[in-house]
Amino acid sequence: MMLQIRNLHARAGGKEILRGIDLDVEAGEVHAIMGPNGSGKSTLANVLAGRESVEVTKGQVLYLGKDLLAMPPEERAWEGLFLAFQYPVEIPGVSTLYLLKAGLNAIHRHRGLPEVDAMEFLALIKEKMRLVDIDQSFLNRAVNEGFSGGEKKRNEVLQMAVLDPKLAVLDETDSGLDIDALRVVANGVNGLRSPERSMLVITHYQRLLNYVVPDRVHVLYNGRIVRSGDKDLALALEKKGYAWIEQEARGVAPGAPPGP
Amino acid sequence: MSTARADSGKEAYLSAFARLQKGSAAAKGSWTRPLRAAAIARFDEVGFPTMQQEEWRKTSIAPILQVEFQPQPAYTANGFTAKALERYTFEPWECTHLVFVNGHYAPELSRLRPLPEGAVVEPLAQALEARRDEIEPHLARHADDRSHAFAALNTAFMQDGMYVRVADGVSIEEPLHLLFISAPGGAPVVSYPRNLIVAGKGSRLSVVESYVGPHHDLYFTDAVTEIVAGEDARVDHYRLQRESEKAFHVALLQADLGRYARLGSWNISFGGGLVRTDLNALLKEEGGEVRLDGLYITGGSQHVDNHTLIDHAAPGCTSHELYKGVLDDRSRGVFDGRIIVRKDAQKSDAHQTNKNLLVSEDALVDSTPRLQILADDVKCTHGATIGQIDEDAMFYLRTRAISEAAARNLLIQAFVSEVLHGMRIDPIRAGLECLLFTRLRKGHGAGVEP
Repeated sequence: MMLQIRNLHARAGGKEILRGIDLDVEAGEVHAIMGPNGSGKSTLANVLAGRESVEVTKGQVLYLGKDLLAMPPEERAWEGLFLAFQYPVEIPGVSTLYLLKAGLNAIHRHRGLPEVDAMEFLALIKEKMRLVDIDQSFLNRAVNEGFSGGEKKRNEVLQMAVLDPKLAVLDETDSGLDIDALRVVANGVNGLRSPERSMLVITHYQRLLNYVVPDRVHVLYNGRIVRSGDKDLALALEKKGYAWIEQEARGVAPGAPPGP
Repeated sequence: MSTARADSGKEAYLSAFARLQKGSAAAKGSWTRPLRAAAIARFDEVGFPTMQQEEWRKTSIAPILQVEFQPQPAYTANGFTAKALERYTFEPWECTHLVFVNGHYAPELSRLRPLPEGAVVEPLAQALEARRDEIEPHLARHADDRSHAFAALNTAFMQDGMYVRVADGVSIEEPLHLLFISAPGGAPVVSYPRNLIVAGKGSRLSVVESYVGPHHDLYFTDAVTEIVAGEDARVDHYRLQRESEKAFHVALLQADLGRYARLGSWNISFGGGLVRTDLNALLKEEGGEVRLDGLYITGGSQHVDNHTLIDHAAPGCTSHELYKGVLDDRSRGVFDGRIIVRKDAQKSDAHQTNKNLLVSEDALVDSTPRLQILADDVKCTHGATIGQIDEDAMFYLRTRAISEAAARNLLIQAFVSEVLHGMRIDPIRAGLECLLFTRLRKGHGAGVEP
């Protein structure tokens, strides 16, 4: 099992956001997490990546059988977890090239692999750049500084490709993209699908799932997964909107008997 | 600081001066004798600064007065060898190195390289008498020691340093490195380095001043440099302060710029226990251009005070100033940036930025921009920031497999790179980057050199 989440509760900004999440992801699977704004999608992504401002109050997360929540963020990355940020951070003075080489070598050290030298790294990154159609000049620029929204998201996918994670969490990687940029990003993501790699694709809209077809779709509402299904669930959501789920979750779906 | 102590501190320097005037045969016949006497009289008049004075509000010099420092009368290497120099000479850096130990020129440690015709580079003490005609019009004529007691003391006690004169139209391509080493043997030593740089019309040169001393040693450096840049001259000046973390370092740099002259200044402060630097640029004729970049990295209980003054006294001059500080532990930083735009200095263009990164809860920095704009047609901006390490950036880097310590160091390096990248001498830039990197890696925080 790649990822096993049990009864996960978490607080952020003084509010309880996650109220008991259960989720299993097998190796090679792509799961989509959908849900309206404020349902806890990004909080879930941040808990998995280890953001300290989110406090886990209950539950556990096993990643490849290990206690994920006990690891600092960098150790999660060494073990093969990757988060593509909804809002990638600008880091003036640090080039993407430097960041990725330092990150990749930290992973190699952790796994007892030899570090890559400058030449090997350049060859590797050139190959990965094709995947997301990024110009080489990006590599020498400061991380995300002055990048457009689309460039930032493509840079996230490039980083994912270079760091070669076992579990990738993509937090609204589709938000703010026009249709062309969305296609580029989706192609990049599809190019990284493999039987050894699992993905958690968090999205508000069904649009991305036309390109990245998920094995499972989960709907998050008010901090809980209220419904799971296959890719057709995403299509149903697109048609009916989240109101349907909200009413159902509150037990007041049209035509249904009133709740207890 | 009590008045009594200030007075007794002053007395010690006055009687040291009296002994010097009596003892030194060379000083007796020198034309500098009245110059020195006038300087000590001014020092006697103004006395050591107190925190009641605006210019010294944030820095107490009381600790300097608690130690009886003695100048070393003549040159001895004090066991300092050419091998030990290597860590200060940015090897492999091919350039002229003039080395001074405890204020005195060290010929066997120095390395002189050929100079173009029209360039003179000599130890000042040696040039004083032989080149009196060219030196006398400049020495102590530019640096204002009426309001700066330490500059007056330097003039009174000045020992040695570099004299450079570059004739009109001549360029010295290789930088000149002046290395001032304090190597106290027994009693705490004070040294008074003094440099004079006279750049002729259309000339070019780069000067690097390094101030270094062994770890844990207590000593005092009181330095003055005067730069006179003629019309169209271009002078790059680097100040690398890497003193012992117990040392006191007080320095004044005065640069006077002629028509369309350009000065690039990099003022880097890594070491020192108590440090005060005054860096003054006078744009006295049309079209002059200064760029003042500074970097102070402090830790432990270091106190580093940078005062800069850019005086736009003529029209159409430009000044760009960028000072950055990284402060760790209980250290304290002071930045005081004064810009004067005189009444007739129309079309002045002045920009000042001071950015500080506090990497410890107990570090403290004071940033004071002071603009006096008396002309009406000017472009003048300033900004100061004081911040901590960006937590979002930290998290982002850590999700990219960078450890917490490495991420913190990376962000500090990124913060200072804006200053280091502007440097025009590769071995210095690379050397400082390496120094910083090593220091951060060894877990000394942003503190003094390991």
